[in-house]
Amino acid sequence: MKKLKRLLSIVLTSAMVFSVAACGGQTKAEDDGLIHVGIINNDPNESGYRAANDKSLKEMFTEANGYKADFAYSLKNDEQIAAAQKFITDGVDYLLLSAADTAGWDTVLKDAQKAGTKVILFDRTIDADPSLYEASIVSDMDKEGQQAVDWLKSQNLSEYNIIHIQGVMGSAAQRGRSGALDAEAQTSGWNIVAQQTGEWSADNAQQIVQSVIDAKTPFNVIYAENDDMAKGAVAALDKAGITHGVDGEVLIVGFDCNKWALTELLNKNWNYDGQCNPFQASYIDDIIKKLEAGETISEKTIIMDEKGFDATTITQEDVDKYGI
Amino acid sequence: MNKETNIFKKIVGNQLFIPLVALLILIVFNLINDPSFFALTIQNNIYGYPVLSGSIVSIIDFGSELAILAIGMTIVTAASGGQDISVGAVIAISGSTMLRALCGTNPQPETLRTSIFVAFLVGVIAAMICGAFNGLLVAFFKIPPMVATLILYTAGRSIAAWINENRLPMIYEPKFGYIGNFIPGIPIPTPVFIAAACMLVIALLHKFTNLKLYTQAVGINEESSRLNGINPKLIKFSVFVILGVFVAVAALIKVTRISTITYSVIAKDIEMDAILAVALGGNSLSGGKYNVWASVLGAYVIQFLTTTLYKLQVRSDALPAYKAVVVIILVVISSPIVRDKFSRISKNLKSKKTENGGV
Amino acid sequence: MQEGTVLEMRGIHKSFPGVHALQGVQFTLRKGEIHALMGENGAGKSTLIKVLTGVYSKDEGTIMLEGHPGEVTIKSPQDAQNAGISTVYQEITLCPNLSVAENMFIGRATSGKFQNWKEMNKAADKLLKNLDIPAQATKQLGNYSIAVQQMVAIARAVDLDCKVLILDEPTSSLDEQEVEKLFKLMRDLKSRGVGIIFVTHFLDQVYAVSDRITVLRDGKFIGEYTVAELPRLKLVSTMLGKEMDDMADIKEDKNAVSQKDEIPVLEASNLQSTSGIKPFDFYINKGEVNGFTGLLGSGRSECVRALFGADKTLGGVIKIEGKRIKIAAPIDAMKRGIAYLPEDRKNDGIIGDLSVKDNIIIALQVLEGFFKPLSEKEKNKFAEEYIKLLDIKTASPETPIKSLSGGNQQKCILARWLLTHPNYLILDEPTRGIDVGTKVDIQKLVLKLASEGMSITFISSEQDEMIRTCSRLIVMRDGRVVGELTGDDISQSKIMSTIAGE
Repeated sequence: MKKLKRLLSIVLTSAMVFSVAACGGQTKAEDDGLIHVGIINNDPNESGYRAANDKSLKEMFTEANGYKADFAYSLKNDEQIAAAQKFITDGVDYLLLSAADTAGWDTVLKDAQKAGTKVILFDRTIDADPSLYEASIVSDMDKEGQQAVDWLKSQNLSEYNIIHIQGVMGSAAQRGRSGALDAEAQTSGWNIVAQQTGEWSADNAQQIVQSVIDAKTPFNVIYAENDDMAKGAVAALDKAGITHGVDGEVLIVGFDCNKWALTELLNKNWNYDGQCNPFQASYIDDIIKKLEAGETISEKTIIMDEKGFDATTITQEDVDKYGI
Repeated sequence: MNKETNIFKKIVGNQLFIPLVALLILIVFNLINDPSFFALTIQNNIYGYPVLSGSIVSIIDFGSELAILAIGMTIVTAASGGQDISVGAVIAISGSTMLRALCGTNPQPETLRTSIFVAFLVGVIAAMICGAFNGLLVAFFKIPPMVATLILYTAGRSIAAWINENRLPMIYEPKFGYIGNFIPGIPIPTPVFIAAACMLVIALLHKFTNLKLYTQAVGINEESSRLNGINPKLIKFSVFVILGVFVAVAALIKVTRISTITYSVIAKDIEMDAILAVALGGNSLSGGKYNVWASVLGAYVIQFLTTTLYKLQVRSDALPAYKAVVVIILVVISSPIVRDKFSRISKNLKSKKTENGGV
Repeated sequence: MQEGTVLEMRGIHKSFPGVHALQGVQFTLRKGEIHALMGENGAGKSTLIKVLTGVYSKDEGTIMLEGHPGEVTIKSPQDAQNAGISTVYQEITLCPNLSVAENMFIGRATSGKFQNWKEMNKAADKLLKNLDIPAQATKQLGNYSIAVQQMVAIARAVDLDCKVLILDEPTSSLDEQEVEKLFKLMRDLKSRGVGIIFVTHFLDQVYAVSDRITVLRDGKFIGEYTVAELPRLKLVSTMLGKEMDDMADIKEDKNAVSQKDEIPVLEASNLQSTSGIKPFDFYINKGEVNGFTGLLGSGRSECVRALFGADKTLGGVIKIEGKRIKIAAPIDAMKRGIAYLPEDRKNDGIIGDLSVKDNIIIALQVLEGFFKPLSEKEKNKFAEEYIKLLDIKTASPETPIKSLSGGNQQKCILARWLLTHPNYLILDEPTRGIDVGTKVDIQKLVLKLASEGMSITFISSEQDEMIRTCSRLIVMRDGRVVGELTGDDISQSKIMSTIAGE
């Protein structure tokens, strides 16, 4: 028994130690004419956004496209740093990084610079000197929020009674999407009847909307900061027999453009969905091509185009193309 | 006067006392704040059937999962002297398994691949396997429950995502939604019935088996239990498997409420609420004697608190802090030390009263 | 307070729910005396000690200490220690996973005086040597036998500048040599002016060291006597509150039959368990009372544990009524009609938080099976029957067993096994820490059960008990069976010489 116990603990510890390294894959890159990229990303299981993001990267960085790619996934900064160090030692040409945390990257990026590894940030920025990386491809969350709020304003409702379901407080997406709505509500005198965090969870969103329904407070807009929470909110409406979507009593606004969410739009159950573009791969590809051609990158921070879809104008092609 | 103190002591000493007092405080608070909190109305839902609604209905409805988990958590606590912190993650696994069984390879199927009942059974098996894994580590490898269940707590949601190949299954079959919402023609939310059924099951288990005697005996004195012919390892293992069944039922409710699953956030932090429900019910978290009804009541008190806080429009980022404060107060007043002090003070007051009366 | 008195307690009252444990008790301890505190279980000895040491707060009464003007209030064990009252409890309250030295000094005001661990270990070693205790300061306490642990606990208490030393059943797990060492230590302390309160059940020991005796009965003070005033028999009758027929009567009842030719109820050959005892042979006939004897740690408990399946068996054969059976766990033994009352009541016997009722019915319930719970009615019937039969003093069958006195707890465990109507009953130290009256009751019960056909194995540290009850004694030394005594050979001197191997 004792032996078994010890064995188990050894297996567990070693599994933890090697899990990051194992993701790194092969050793030293051979000179095979391919551009070797090391990609450090967050766990694709984290969200649909991340899964789509990972998928687009995997589709882009293939041997057919002239790349040899290794992937490492972690939600923890220190594990990501360890993976980065390994990639630098392996001699990758480019390090593509979506950092779990903004801080703590200086040393490893300096190492990269010394080793001649070029660094491109995607999705998330970090607190480091811009000279340490080539480019940073990010979403502008403020812009996403603003687009949605502008759309909401263009609906010209006679009054705005909004249930605002927020994401995890302090996250970049929450700040951007809440900020735009808060500002507009002030200037246009919109009434926010409830503003609470659903922590990205459909369950919580359902309970928040249910509590407003139970309190008999009138409302006609649900502004949920992601699709899951919009779905939870709609479940509460269905339960209470409140109609929603195009020609419904309540307008539904969601974010992230999940395929199923866009289908809801297409079926006119929802009204608007804002994109958070996960397809940075083509932007990264552009930059690498430019760098390989010896061009310089004029603007370090590249903000991606973000779309917003209206239930009245969305098409099946949009769903297929932009749904994640 | 002796009789009077005895009754008083009986009330104060009863395990249900603290959760009942907490419930009473919440009720009184809401009555003062807004009596309409307790209003019940009948309205038609989207399918045109009349259903009951109101804050109280919402509390009993949304408290179902927590109450169900509290039952299983109480038994695990009693026998193992520790808690299972993986229940939220196992809900994700079990729910994901059910959806996988229903959807197969097409995440948004036109027709379901199998019956809902079969899918539920598959989910039960998945949750029982998770429970067996935890139970194995706790009972046979003697790993403390919190540490043993930390493994699934960490890995569970990734496993859940993996089961569905990280796709997002959606069920459009309305019957599936009946389970988490209303059955047409019945005005009471279905989860309430499911929770009641779980309570009935545990009541029957208590009546027709020695579950309570065995789990308590093992939790209090493992060696003694062994020398009385009980197999403590088997008991500890079994309680985790039993908890697995309850977790699967909670998972069924969770996924049928919105007919989909979000691996990373479904039933997030529910393990903490379930443990809290056990503690709030006055059960010792280090195992031994238990009262499962006190835990169930504790679960509804927590849901009552959550709903009240939503209703009060407490600022989002402050919500956990408010909850924490209330929790601290509840847990402190239900601790044996405070209870003991409390009963001593009341005893002193009583005896002083009689002294004065006597003179 | 009189000159020469170190401690005076007067009019002490203490109540628990349902029990008035102390009713106006008084106790006076003089400088440099050993004062035995006597009484049956539930007489209030432990409660009085706990009031004195601040574990319980008294409801009424005064406590006065030498060097403290007026009344002293003792609110916690820390207060008691600071006031110079040290205690060694019946159950060892040290931490087995800490070192001996740590156990001796940590958590005490004196621990601050050491600069480092080395110094502390040195001081501990010196003290251990002074007291002739076979332990090393740096070793983990749990490595030592219960007896040595007990002595370390005494060393811990003695090292304090104590005026009052309380020894609550200190000898219950010590063998004779160790008891002698302890007595030497006690006399030594006495000559240094320490007042010692000595709580014990061993009458011999009372007369060996004590100067004075205070007797409590049913929570009341009965009297204070000098040893000369109160000969043994009178002491017993004072404690019991009645004239007692001589305990020696029992000997006559003893049933001496043990025919070798019949098929034994249980037979073991070459049995070996994980506990480290050597393979041994054993048998017991119907209606026979036999016993294992030997010094502490000689393996007598380990033998019966192997028979019951409490320790895993490594080899050997067990036959019941001639049929070979396999005992892998206690439940297997129970199903064959074997019952085992374990030596360590607190850790292996009682299930503390459960009620007296549940503790009584649990073994029968387990035999009935998981899916066949006894009805409440049956449980109550059984519990009440045995509470009455064994005269268990409890407020109600629903009272948690841990709030009963040690002797009553033991009776509950005995009731638990009698309820299963075993063919073969193993009693490992059933009388440890139990008052004289109950001891006699248990011995009588053993003989009565045997006369009704039950086979019983009886183990006790008190040899006179064994001599009185057993018709055959198996003598153990160092994990090995070294002899078997029957008939007239069962005598103190013969047992001693067999143990010693002469």
